[in-house]
This record gives sequence, structure tokens and C-alpha cells, in this order.
Amino acid sequence: MSVQTPPAPPSGPRLEEPSWWSTVGHARELPIICVLAAVLIGTSLANHDFLSGQGRVDLMTAVSITALMAVGETFVIVMKHVDLSVGSTLGFAGYVAAYLVGPGGNALMVFVISSLVGLVIGLINGALVATLRLPSLVVTLGTLYVVQGLLAVTASSRVITQDKLPSALVSFGEHSLLGVPYVMWVTIVAAVIGGWYMHSRRPGRDLYAIGSNGPAAKLVGIPVRRRELMAFAVSGLCAGLAGALWSARFGGIDTSAGLGYELSVIAACVVGGVSIAGGNGTILGAFVGALLLQTIGNALSALDVPEFWQQAVNGTLLILAITVDRLASRRRERVAAREVVA
Amino acid sequence: MRHLRITWDKGLIVLLALTLGVGAVISPRFLTGNNLGFVIQDIGEIMIVALVMTLIIITGEIDLSVGSMVALTGCVMGVVWHHGWPMWLAAASAIVTGGVAGSLNGFLVTKVGLPSLAVTIGTLGLFRGLSWALLGDQTISDFPASWLAFGYDNIPGTSFPWVAPILVVLGVTFGVVLHLTRTGRWIFATGQNAQAARFAGIPVQRLKFRLFVLSGLMCGLAGIVYSMRFASARPDSAIGLELAVIASVLFGGVSIFGGVGTIWGVVTSVLFLGAIRSLLLLERVPPNELTIITGLLLLASVVIPVVASKLAGLRRKHRLPESTAGPPGQPTTAGQPLGSPGQPARSA
Repeated sequence: MSVQTPPAPPSGPRLEEPSWWSTVGHARELPIICVLAAVLIGTSLANHDFLSGQGRVDLMTAVSITALMAVGETFVIVMKHVDLSVGSTLGFAGYVAAYLVGPGGNALMVFVISSLVGLVIGLINGALVATLRLPSLVVTLGTLYVVQGLLAVTASSRVITQDKLPSALVSFGEHSLLGVPYVMWVTIVAAVIGGWYMHSRRPGRDLYAIGSNGPAAKLVGIPVRRRELMAFAVSGLCAGLAGALWSARFGGIDTSAGLGYELSVIAACVVGGVSIAGGNGTILGAFVGALLLQTIGNALSALDVPEFWQQAVNGTLLILAITVDRLASRRRERVAAREVVA
Repeated sequence: MRHLRITWDKGLIVLLALTLGVGAVISPRFLTGNNLGFVIQDIGEIMIVALVMTLIIITGEIDLSVGSMVALTGCVMGVVWHHGWPMWLAAASAIVTGGVAGSLNGFLVTKVGLPSLAVTIGTLGLFRGLSWALLGDQTISDFPASWLAFGYDNIPGTSFPWVAPILVVLGVTFGVVLHLTRTGRWIFATGQNAQAARFAGIPVQRLKFRLFVLSGLMCGLAGIVYSMRFASARPDSAIGLELAVIASVLFGGVSIFGGVGTIWGVVTSVLFLGAIRSLLLLERVPPNELTIITGLLLLASVVIPVVASKLAGLRRKHRLPESTAGPPGQPTTAGQPLGSPGQPARSA
């Protein structure tokens, strides 16, 4: 809850609106945006092709899928839950939609079916967590396996290639509007809607309250179970939509789609300042986190660093991001404590 | 009524026995010595890592980097051996690497104070990346024959692989430590309420740090076992092992919220999942169905206890006459905490 409510000193009746400048200056996302800018500028100075037209398009296409799932995952993590099933959901929803629509079908139907399948899986997760009070890590680990198995059984090593997809879908994955690929537009629109909802709508704000202090949120009358159901549904919906983007981007889909993506998505959220302990972080942060991880990956290959190092760098970055965040929040606590004394 | 109480881990033992019995009837090759030896070999590294994961989850933490540590330690062993050092030194360096990797996790969690879920997602990437950086797309597979025999031969004169006695010794040791020693009580106390445990004088942070180091050391051992079994060290080995291990531990009745769980429950769960997998393979069921079954079992392990205790609560509320004995798997005493991950005691 950083951009919206900058940490005001606990003492003194300071009621006026915080200035625009202090809001920006205290944003949790600020350091990560600076790092992103540094990586972008540094790499493009070393390799001029990096931010050329094609380089930009490649980067945005590559980031669109993880970033879209990170948007949904933020809803869940802010509530101190976790959704591990997003990778499996992507694969299953994307495959089923591509299979059902077929080459002659309407490309839009791929998006609709894929989203609906994702939504259903999300609702199942949400129902198990909300109605039975089950731990989300266990539930979504279970559905990760079930959905992954269902995909393997449904597809049984059949690959959906480009000629078995609606041609409009494939061209959707290949083309851009105003220099931004269509697949990235989908992610941007989802992020803007999600960000607005979590920032400005009451149910969105409820998520932060529940994540900060669940029992208190319940006592003030927030419908905790309904919000949990909603958050998991959103996460499933985003993962399902990402499945359609997968088919569009790669011009095909098979049983390995989305395998192991759950941890990259959570990493993107955490790097972007969405606290795993709940109650903190924004969609903007998660989006920038996903963008940063992907940018570093692309930057390493643009700088001719062997791709083998990419995962090590991403892991180190995640650890650094949470360490810096932790140290900064300790300092804020100390400053706040001093102001109380003074 | 006390003797009638059925907990999740006891139910699991019945389930394992049932599986073995049904398996013997369905498939004549299932209960043979050869096949059981194969099952034990198959679960080797999962069992080794699951034992230490049990302790970590009972203290309320989690270690997602185990699969990457298994790969990293295997790769380090391969590189050391490849450079002409003796094999025992290569194996020792795998264990040491595991210890160093584990202490990095422990340091970040206990000294810096970061959540273990986030830390170990980071080190999962870091350790896997280091394995790739070490070996690239190479595979090291010229390990000495005497060591490879340890990986996939049986102890002469029996049908059990060499890893079997190691698993027995480790299982007994972990069981004794968790259930019969002061350290074990500390682990449970920490998981039930870390703050209260600290006020009671338990060195909570030191305990957690040591468990993360132990996790690294055990991953080193698992890395050796894994590399010997597949006769190669590769950077892409044991991908996804962390989820398989955690699923086994949770299915064994360990609560993800900490403070609840038993070693025998986890051992039974690993054996049960191994037996099911073997049975399905013998019956030529494709491995995909196995993934679904694993997931459904995991869900069942949390859903059944919660639903059962709710039903029991309803029954008590309506003051129906108490039946003398419930069906297996159902608690007969309402309101008793079940040794199960579904226990909602500390859910937020």
C-alpha cells in the first residue's frame, strides 16, 4: 500500500494530502523502475540493436505472458495466499481452447474459451481455499498436478501446430499496433484494469486489508471468503488468457506450455515489491518486476553472456530485491519509532 | 474411545498395506523382491530430501531450492571428478557444496529475516543457474564403475539396492531426533508458536539456520545418489523435485502451517506414492494419470480431515447418538485435532 498511502508520521495531526512528489518519491516501485531504466540504457549503449524496433518488439512479446500471469497472481499474493497452479492452467486452458476452435474457427473464441477454462480452475482453487479454509499452497500444488495431468491425458503428446490454429490468431501474435505487439496490448489492458480495481475499488482495497490483518478485516465486516474466491478467480482468468496468448505468440501449443512458470511469475511479483507476507505491493510493481526479469534475460544475450547465466542472475536479483526491501522497511520503522519518541 | 481414534498418519499405513495387498492380487510381479527393490531405488532421493523437508515445514518454513541443490551438488561432483580428483573427494565436495548452499538459505532467512518462500524461489533460480554455468550443455557420465554399482546394483545376495540401508538409517535417525529428543520438541514448539518458543528460551533462529544447512547437506547426499542412479551429472537433473517432495511431505500429514507432523507419516507417504507409481507402471497406466492421482491425493489429504471434522461437529450439534466406531479414515471423536495438514488452527 505504498503509492496510495505514503507512510505518514504517526504523530501530529497532518491531514493534508501528501504532495505528488512525496508520493512518487516513496513509491515501493521506484527503486525497481530505476534498475530497469539502468539496465535498458546500459545495454542499449553497449549494443545498439537492443532497443531497436525489432529488439523492443521481441522484448515486449516475450514479457507479455509472464506479466499477464503476474497481474492475476498479485491479487492472490496481496491476500497472503499463493497460486502455484498458474503454469498448469495456462497450458491446459490454452491447449483446450486451441483444440476446440480448430483451424477454421474464430480467433476470438480461442481467447474466450481459454479465459473461461482458466476462470473455472481459479474458481475451484478459490472455492477450496475459501469455503474449507484450506492452505492455498497445498490446494494449488494439488491442482497444479491435477491440471498438468489432465493436459497430458487430453493432449497425449499431440502438438497443435500453426496450421491447426485460426490464421487470425497467428497473425495476432505476429503483428503490432503503434510499435507495441498485440499480445502486449492484451497484457497492458489487463494490467490497467487490474491496477485500477486494486487501487480504487472497495473490493480491491479489501484485498490489502485481508492481507495485512485477516482477523481484523473479518471483524470490520469485509467478506473475506468472497474476496478470496474473487482473487483466485482473477488469477485463473489471467492464466487462462495467457494460454491464448501463448498459442498466438508461439504459433502453436503443446503439453510443455507453461511448465514451471508458476515460480517465475511469483518471482516477478516479489521482485516488483509484492510482499509474500501479504498486504503490500501493486500491479504496477508486479508488471515492472516481470519486465525487469525479462529485460535482464534479453540484455544478457544482447551482451553475449552465455544464456546459462540467466537463471543465476534472475535468482540473485530476486534475493537482492527482497533484501533491499527488507532493509528499507527496517529503516522506515526506525525512523517512525524515532518520530514517535520526539 | 481413545483406542479408536484414527489419525491421518495411521490411516496412511492402512492405505499402504491395502495398496500392497491389492497390488499383489492385481499384478503378480508387484510384490516380488525385484520390484520392491526397484520401488526403493525409485524413491531414493525423494525420501532423503523429504525427511529434512519434514523438519523444515514443521518449524513453519519451506525450502523450494532442494531440486536445484540436488542438481548443483551433482554437477560439482562431476566437475571435481572430471578434473582428475579422486571420487571420494568429489563426493565430499558435493556434500560441502550442499552445506554452503543451505547456509546461504539459512543466512537469508534467519539473519536477514526474509520469508523462506521468497528466498528459496530466488536460490532455486540461483543454484540451477550455477549448475548451468558449471556444465553448460555438457553431461558428465564417466563416473567409476564401483560407484555406479552403488547407484543401480543390488546388495549382493539380496534384491535390495545399496540405497536401502541408507534410507533405513536416515529414516530411523530423523524419527528419533524429531520424536524423542529435545531438538525435536524444539522443532514442534517453534512451528506451533515461534514467539512463545523464543520466550521459552529456545534458540529459534539458530535451530532454523541449522535445519537449512542440514537441508543442503541432505541434498548433497541426494545429488550423489541421483547422479549415480542415472550414471550422469547434468544441470537439468531433478527439475521440479521440490514440488514432488513437498507434495509427499504434505500428503504424509505434515501441516503447511507448521507444528504438526510425524516422520513415519512422511515415510509411509513416500513409500505409498512409490508403490502406487510402480503398480501403475506394471499395469501399463501412462504416467500422466499418475500426475492426476498425485494431485487428487494431495487435495484429498487436506479436504477429508476438514470435511470429517465438520461432519463430526454437525453430528455433535444435533445430539445424535454417538456411534461406537466410525468408518476408517473418519474421526470418531469430534473436535479432536487430527494430525493433518487441513487443521485450520493457524490459518489467517
